[in-house]
Amino acid sequence: MAESTRIPVLPSGLVAVVKRECPTCVTVAPVLRDLAASAKLTVYTQDELGFPEGLAPEDDTGLSVSYHHRIETVPTLIRVENGVETERTVGWHRGDWEKLTGISGLGAGLPEWRPGCGSKSVDPEIAAELAVRFEGHKLASRRVAIAELEDEAEALFARGWTDGLPVVAPTERRVLAMLAGTTRAPDEVVAIVPPDLAPATVEKIAINAVMAGCLPEYLPVVLAAVEAVCTDAFNIHGVLATTMPVGPVLVVNGPICRRIGMNSGKNVFGQGNRANATIGRALQLVVRNVGGGRPGEVDRATHGNPGKLGFCFAEDEEGSPWTPLASDFGAAPGADAVTAFTGEGPRCIVDQLSRDPESLARTYAVNLRTLHHPKLVLAFDCLLAIGPEHSRIFRETGWSKADLLARLTELLQIPGSELVRGAGGIAEGLPESVAGATLPKFRPGGLLLVHCGGGAGLFSAMIGGWASGAVGSAPVMREIRP
Amino acid sequence: MTRLVLDPTSELAPAQRARLPRLASLEGRRIGLLDISKPRGDVFLNRLEARLRERGADVARYRKPTFTKPAPSDLRQEIAVQCDAVVEALAD
Repeated sequence: MAESTRIPVLPSGLVAVVKRECPTCVTVAPVLRDLAASAKLTVYTQDELGFPEGLAPEDDTGLSVSYHHRIETVPTLIRVENGVETERTVGWHRGDWEKLTGISGLGAGLPEWRPGCGSKSVDPEIAAELAVRFEGHKLASRRVAIAELEDEAEALFARGWTDGLPVVAPTERRVLAMLAGTTRAPDEVVAIVPPDLAPATVEKIAINAVMAGCLPEYLPVVLAAVEAVCTDAFNIHGVLATTMPVGPVLVVNGPICRRIGMNSGKNVFGQGNRANATIGRALQLVVRNVGGGRPGEVDRATHGNPGKLGFCFAEDEEGSPWTPLASDFGAAPGADAVTAFTGEGPRCIVDQLSRDPESLARTYAVNLRTLHHPKLVLAFDCLLAIGPEHSRIFRETGWSKADLLARLTELLQIPGSELVRGAGGIAEGLPESVAGATLPKFRPGGLLLVHCGGGAGLFSAMIGGWASGAVGSAPVMREIRP
Repeated sequence: MTRLVLDPTSELAPAQRARLPRLASLEGRRIGLLDISKPRGDVFLNRLEARLRERGADVARYRKPTFTKPAPSDLRQEIAVQCDAVVEALAD
């Protein structure tokens, strides 16, 4: 719990922060004694109150001054005017000390320069504890005590906070570390989360990201994902409530994918990559815990799908013959972005014999026709994930993304007579009134292409959507902000 | 040692509101029928309207823009002001 919310003000004059454990501090102790004789000097010591001898240093063994004034090295010498720092230097460098103090001839007999030592306040062993002590008050969430004899993992299950898998306990220390992954303030409201229409602050999202197993550098992606799904266009309320087996599918674009180690290659939709697995999971935990969206309650899915634990992957942009998915939704070139799509589990499209784009497009078309039902059209979007061994065929023949989409649109014009109720001996279908018409399988913009997967395997995959567009859910892109 | 974790939920408690008393009679009452915009919801609601009118009720019809989203608050308010009771109908 927060110990002190007061930021100590530095006294005017010269301020030095030292520790006895540091040989350079011991070296400059005589210099500090000389300075004290000719200027107003306040010395803070991080370890021993008797050091430096003869200077009656201020006690900073609690490290409050060092922490709040971001001391990274000792000795640090600071000039303070009217309570405001105007200059600092670290370690011992005669020229720098003389310039800062305006006093010449300092440290006669000492070497010109000695590097300092690490400040105790940045010691990795205690830095996280100091963050809790000095920053903990910034966390507004209720503290829940887990009793000594309670098993931590079981305690979190018992409170209904998990998706059925164990979660990482969201301690103050871990949540503060997570918050370091973004520049956004903990109390900023990122979105209003259905179904409870509860505000999700950066802090609440960080708590759920900790639980999901995220690293701090993933947090900006999670924040953008929460923003994307909590829009009227994406309609996470409906996506959650539907009886259909869909959930949010997140596609990440931009340099951040490589920076945080996301997978866009082998086993791209599968297990084994921490960023892919935990970012998607964090979003679903936010929907559950902040939004109150739980299976069997507002979530009425008939079957659901395993991707509802979390479904997130990166596009393979380097290997792609085409522009990234996010740019189809207006992302700036090279921008980090997440695109949320409402989808079911992926289904494999096998074509190991096509060597020309027309043949391969026809393979896609006959498979896409079957999405949810071969007799239902214009109702569902689809995310078509093209594998590298398939995309090579389009690259080598110069088919652009627009070329392939245009050809698929042509191939997916379906006579109404095949779609009406009763056609093919199947009751499911469209009203008799469309019998004379020709209808496309997808609404304009309802078929999305993304490039991903391992380098071996003449496969692609289709991820079926849900009630499309204004009726249900439209894909939503959000750029990722630091 | 007691360990502290941070509450991952919204920490909001829903407001509890009591149901209105059941209508003693349908005679002269206005009953709202809310179509959620699923296929063939109108078939069910047309029948319901006929039966309600037989029993002396006045009937007003409403429709959500889409079944996938909660009814807009303006629509909910409109029904609350205009009707004594409401039937929200599923379909398919």
